[in-house]
Formats: sequence, structure tokens, C-alpha cells
Amino acid sequence: MTDFWWVVVPYVCLTVFVVGHVWRYRYDKFGWTTRSSQLYEDRWLRLGSPLFHFGMIGVFFGHVLGLGIPESWTEELGISDEAYHVVAVGGGVLAGAAAVAGLVILVLRRRLVGPVFSATTRMDKVMYAVLGVVICLGIWNTIAGSILNLGGEYDYREGVSVWFRGIFRGDLHPELMAEAPFGFQAHGLAAMLLFALWPFTRLVHVFSAPLGYLTRPYIVYRSRDGRPTAQPGSRRPRRGWDQAS
Amino acid sequence: MRVMAQMAMVMNLDKCIGCHTCSVTCKQTWTNRAGTEYVWFNNVETRPGQGYPRRYEDQERWRGGWTLTKRGRLTLRGGGRLKKLATIFSNPLLPSIDDYYEPWTYDYATLTNAPAQEHTPVARPRSLISGRTMKVSWSANWDDNLGGSVATWAGDPVLAKVSGEVKRSFEDAFMFYLPRICEHCLNPSCAASCPSGAIYKREEDGIVLVDQDRCRGWRMCVSGCPYKKVYFNHRTGKAEKCTFCFPRIEVGLPTVCSETCVGRLRYLGLVLYDADRVLDAASTPDEKDLYAAQRSVLLDPHDPEVIRAATRDGIPHDWIEAAQRSPIHALISTFEVALPLHPEYRTMPMVWYIPPLSPVVDVVRDTGSDAEDSDNLFAAIEALRIPIEYLAELFTAGDVSLVDGVLRKLAAMRSYMRDINLGREPNAAIPAAVGMSEEAMYDMYRLLALAKYDERYVIPKAHVEQAHALEELATECSLDYDGGPGMGGSGPFGEGSGAQAVPIAVENFAVLQARQTSDDVQSMGSGRVNLLNWDGKGAPPGLFPPRPDGQAPGEER
Repeated sequence: MTDFWWVVVPYVCLTVFVVGHVWRYRYDKFGWTTRSSQLYEDRWLRLGSPLFHFGMIGVFFGHVLGLGIPESWTEELGISDEAYHVVAVGGGVLAGAAAVAGLVILVLRRRLVGPVFSATTRMDKVMYAVLGVVICLGIWNTIAGSILNLGGEYDYREGVSVWFRGIFRGDLHPELMAEAPFGFQAHGLAAMLLFALWPFTRLVHVFSAPLGYLTRPYIVYRSRDGRPTAQPGSRRPRRGWDQAS
Repeated sequence: MRVMAQMAMVMNLDKCIGCHTCSVTCKQTWTNRAGTEYVWFNNVETRPGQGYPRRYEDQERWRGGWTLTKRGRLTLRGGGRLKKLATIFSNPLLPSIDDYYEPWTYDYATLTNAPAQEHTPVARPRSLISGRTMKVSWSANWDDNLGGSVATWAGDPVLAKVSGEVKRSFEDAFMFYLPRICEHCLNPSCAASCPSGAIYKREEDGIVLVDQDRCRGWRMCVSGCPYKKVYFNHRTGKAEKCTFCFPRIEVGLPTVCSETCVGRLRYLGLVLYDADRVLDAASTPDEKDLYAAQRSVLLDPHDPEVIRAATRDGIPHDWIEAAQRSPIHALISTFEVALPLHPEYRTMPMVWYIPPLSPVVDVVRDTGSDAEDSDNLFAAIEALRIPIEYLAELFTAGDVSLVDGVLRKLAAMRSYMRDINLGREPNAAIPAAVGMSEEAMYDMYRLLALAKYDERYVIPKAHVEQAHALEELATECSLDYDGGPGMGGSGPFGEGSGAQAVPIAVENFAVLQARQTSDDVQSMGSGRVNLLNWDGKGAPPGLFPPRPDGQAPGEER
């Protein structure tokens, strides 16, 4: 059972994540968008969206630091455990709080503002639920595990992190997760579920982060010839060409 | 010098009667879909008025277009690349649906479904955004014909720039219509604002398009365009804009708005320009010099030097010839009567306007004087400072003398041609007063007043050898491959399934015209019978049920 939860499930989910994105990009470029609802409502969005997104960017880099970088590296740099702890918990709580506050504002807005709610798909609702669970479990782990030390001290850098890096290196340590506190287990599994859902939700827009804008020339010229159509002169009817009611 | 060709438009505002036919036909062609209810690629504004979306010309608020830095470098007014990325999660410069209007429909079903009752049932307006019943309080041309303008015209950003005492007498003296489409700028700030690089300018004809597969819905183009002519489709989450009807232009047909224009006021044609000088011209320090700067970017297609450079840069010979016959070149550079809309936005717009003389003529006529006399008209142009200042704020960044000059030419033409039409001796002094020869004046009259179809629209067809992907031309053969949709096949899951290819335009003009004007009866091809396209020649198989004697249907004994 340990192998199933901490080896099979992660590989299946990550495979779906990668293959799903390739499939989605090839077959649904037109549907690959942020699906912004700013046109409907922008007072709440102006507050909630930057809070959530900048919070999530912080959370992402926090995970890179915590999961991606082995403890031995920071030790070699002479960073003490206490210093790391302060940075990780301080930054984590700050970023996490911003993300949660933003998410609460955005979800309330989505439910309470009529036009935004009617533009919400079933997939959006599923995604919001899973995302909310993942974030709440993550916050719980930070507060309960690292600050309050409920259920004893647990160093995820010697447990969860080693397991996570092992998935990508083929160096499997399912036993480390089996020993981890329940909060970390649940957070890990919920995150895997989110990765599997990712390519089929609006979350794909994360991979469109337009960093190329910083280097490209302002005006883009393109030849008529360069149009990427399957057959010259014709194309499928586009999504969105249904008639106004 | 790097020569590029640009399809451009000029509108003769004197002829616009504000009938909105262009807007309606454009909407039926391009934006009659869910998500684009509020989108008007073409709209007609009454001036003075707020325009659509409301107060879009207030760049202090919307920060569209370009501006100069303190060191004189051209930069996006809404902020550069880093600022764009920093505000990407919530664009602070995006107009909300209230700045446009909340689109609606009526619940017509109640008119027939309502139970017997004392009062006549009414179809109430329902919002297409929220689905609820709503009170209609604004739309794309709510202040049409100055309707309700006493309440709203104080919001006209252009009027606010015209000196204060003018405003009172304004309503009686002055009104005109301003049809607007995308400007297909030489220096498009929408394209420059797009983080994804999805908006591009076509190398062949300069049409600015949004690649729907690359657009990610960041909405920066809507803010970047000072004319607010890029719209956000709230269903698909993608930006959409005027396409200059490129499938029609590619086969030599005018745009839908031009073709259906009742007043025949639109002109279409090519101009050649020097792409290397666009940035310099857009960076001209004084706003009032921008008109001249943009003129200087446009090249003379008769100049042998230009022709040589154009050939070198791959512009086909028939395109150069079309540029020489172009009515746009004539109106902008030869007669110098067309002016760009808001050159101070520094985007180098390519839809130009001939300012209206009619308000001046009306005033002269109302005073009982001869409204065709050039001296009277010249005097009125001098006297009517308010409308002239308003036109100058629209077309020349406030330089009154340029508008003055154009209106004098139009007045001179009116006066000079009256003598000819009445069989009197033409007065050569009138054209001379505005610096034109008699021949040039007559040519201008022919182009502006007679406005023959072939002279209004000089549209060279796109070249098949450059563009094997031509939408209109290629449809016929691309469908006809063996087993393809053109052979009557359909996908594995029934009709319409699978990778079925359909032409982008429902009516294929070139094909339809060829069939309608041919003498012989042609087969409709196999497959579904489409009575919409049936021209009455012959009977396509499947139109009638098979006859009992086994003879093919539609065949005479």
C-alpha cells in the first residue's frame, strides 16, 4: 500500500500532468486562456487577484526552497537550521496568508457576483475545491507542524523533500512518506490530484506567463504565409462562434 | 528605405448621414456571436459626444497609445514591459462593461406564451451578461443625433479642450457623424502592449490581426489601444478586433462596411510607406507636427526611386500599380484633404478622414446668403472658430490652420463646380485661391462627388504564389480532395464530426459569382443540398426524391 500511494499515484498524476498539457496545447490552443472575468467585475478582483497570484508566486518559490534544495546544501553554505526555519516559516506564512486571503476574496466574488458565477464552469468549481484543500493543508502544516509543533517535531527536509526529489531522480523513498505526519501526507496527495487535474482546467495559463514580452520587439510582423492551418484555406469552425441568444 | 504596403481607408465625413448601416452589416458579419454582444468593430459616433466606449478619448484616464519620455524616447503611455507584467493580474486600465454598456435581449417568448390577462404582455429587456431583467440606460450610440446631449456632452473629452465660451452656441451650430473602425496603425500600440505577442501586423498589407490561438486573454491590448478598438470576448476569453475584412480584401472586394455604405463615403486603397522611418516619425517632439511626420513616412508611388526600392522589397508589380491609382494616396498626398484621427496618440493611424464642410455650409445657408459662393464660405470658415477648433482637436492635434486649409479646398470645389454645372464660365481664380489647378480641382470633384465604385475601391488581389493559404481562393480546391468533405464525406460520428473543413466565409464570393455568371448548368457536387447557395441552375441530386421510372431526378424526358 505504501508503494501504491507514494510511488504509483505520484507517477500516474505527473504523467497525466505532462501528457495532458501536451495534448491540450496541441488540440485546444484556442481554449488556452486566463478566462478573465475582469470585464464583469473589477473592484473585488483588483484586491483579490494580485493578493492571490503574488501569494502563490511566493508559495511556489517557498516550495522550490523547501522541496528542491537538499538540507546538506544549505548547511554547506553555513545557514543554520534556526535561520532557515525563520525564513521558511516567516515567508511561508506571509505568502500563504496572502494566497488564502486572495482565494477567499476570489471565491466569494465568483459565487456572489452574478455574471461571474454564470461564467464559472463545473471544472472551475472542482479546481477551486481541490486548490483550496491543498492550500489549507499546506498552511496547516506550516502552522501546526513548524510553529506549534503539534504531534512532535517533524523535519520535512529529511522526509517529504527527500521523497519528492526521489520521484524525479528515480531514487524512491515511499517509506519516508509513510512515516510523515498525516497533514503532510494529505497535502502531498491533494497536490498530486491537483497536478492531474491541472491540464484540464484554467490553471494551464500558468505556463503562458509572458516572460518573452521582456525581450521581444514591440511590434510583431507576420507574413500571411506563416499561418498555421491544417489545410490551406480552410479551418474548423472555431469555438465561440455560436450565435448570441 | 524599407518599402511596405498598407491597405488604408479614407472616409468623407460630409457624406455620412449617420444611418449605421456599416455598423449593422459589420456586426452581422463578424460579431453576432455570444461573448461579442457589446463588440462593435465599426461604430458611428455623433460629435460632439462621448463616443464608444464612453470617454475613450480621455487618455489621462485610459492611458492608451504612445507618449514621449523626458528624453524624447517613444514609450507606451500605459507603462512599459515591466509595469505591464506587474499589473497583469488585475489590469487597472481596463474599461468595465459599464463603460461600454450591458448588452441585452428581450424575452419575446412572453408575447406568445403569456396567459390570458387584462394587460398586453410586454417583452422585457434581459441582460445578456447576468441573464436578469434590467433597465436599459446606455448603449453604443445612446447620444445618437445629440439625443440627451445636454446631459452627456459635458463628458466629451474633445469638447473639453475647445475653449469655454464656444460651448453654449455649439448645439445649434454644429453636429456631424464620425464612423470608426480599427485604425490598422503603422505603429500599433495594441500589438506593442500584448504580452503574448499574439497581435501582429501583416507584412503584405499591414492589416493588424489577433492570433486567436496565441492570445491568452491578458487584456493589455484593450488598454493599449487609444481608440479602444480591441475588444475582449467575455465568453472565449480572447481579444478580438476589426479584421479589415481580410478574406474579402484578399480577393479584391471592399470591406463589408465600405460595400454597404449608403453614402458611398469610404475609399479603400494601398499606400506605400517607409517602415524604417515609422519610429522616428512617431517620436516627433511637437504633437502638431505629427500630421506632417506621418505624411512624410508615406512614399510617392510614382517616384522611380520608390518603385525600385519597392520591387527590391518584394512588392509585386500590380500592387505598385494599384498604389499609383490608389484613391487613398490621392486624397492624402495629392489633394491633401484627408487627415488622420488623433495623430497625437502617436500610433500612426491609417484610417483617415476628410473633415465635414457641411456645418459651415448650413450656417451660411441659414443666414440667407449664397452657400455656394466661395467668398461667403471662406468668410464663414474664418468666423466659425468653434467647430473648426473641435475638428482640429480630432484630426490635427489642435492645429487649426490645417483644418482651415482642407475646408477651404472643399468650399472652393463646391463653388468652382457650381459654375461648371450651371454652364457658366469657370472661374480659375477659385482653385488658385487654395493653391490648386483647375484640372486638379476637377479630379478631386470626380473622386469626392462622383465617387465611382472602381475609383473608390482600388484593391489589388493578394498573390496566390505568396499565399497558398488564401482563405477565399483556396476553399474550392481544398475541399475537393478525394474522400474530403467536398466529396460529400463526413466524419466517423455522423455529419459534422471529425476534422471537417469549412471555408471561413459562408458565402464564397468568387466561386458564387463565377457560377452565377456562367452559361452552362453546373453540378452542385454531391453531398448535402444547400438551398441557400442554390442558384436555380439545374437540380442538384437529392433535391427531389427518386422517380419511380428510374430516371434521374431533374432530367427532362
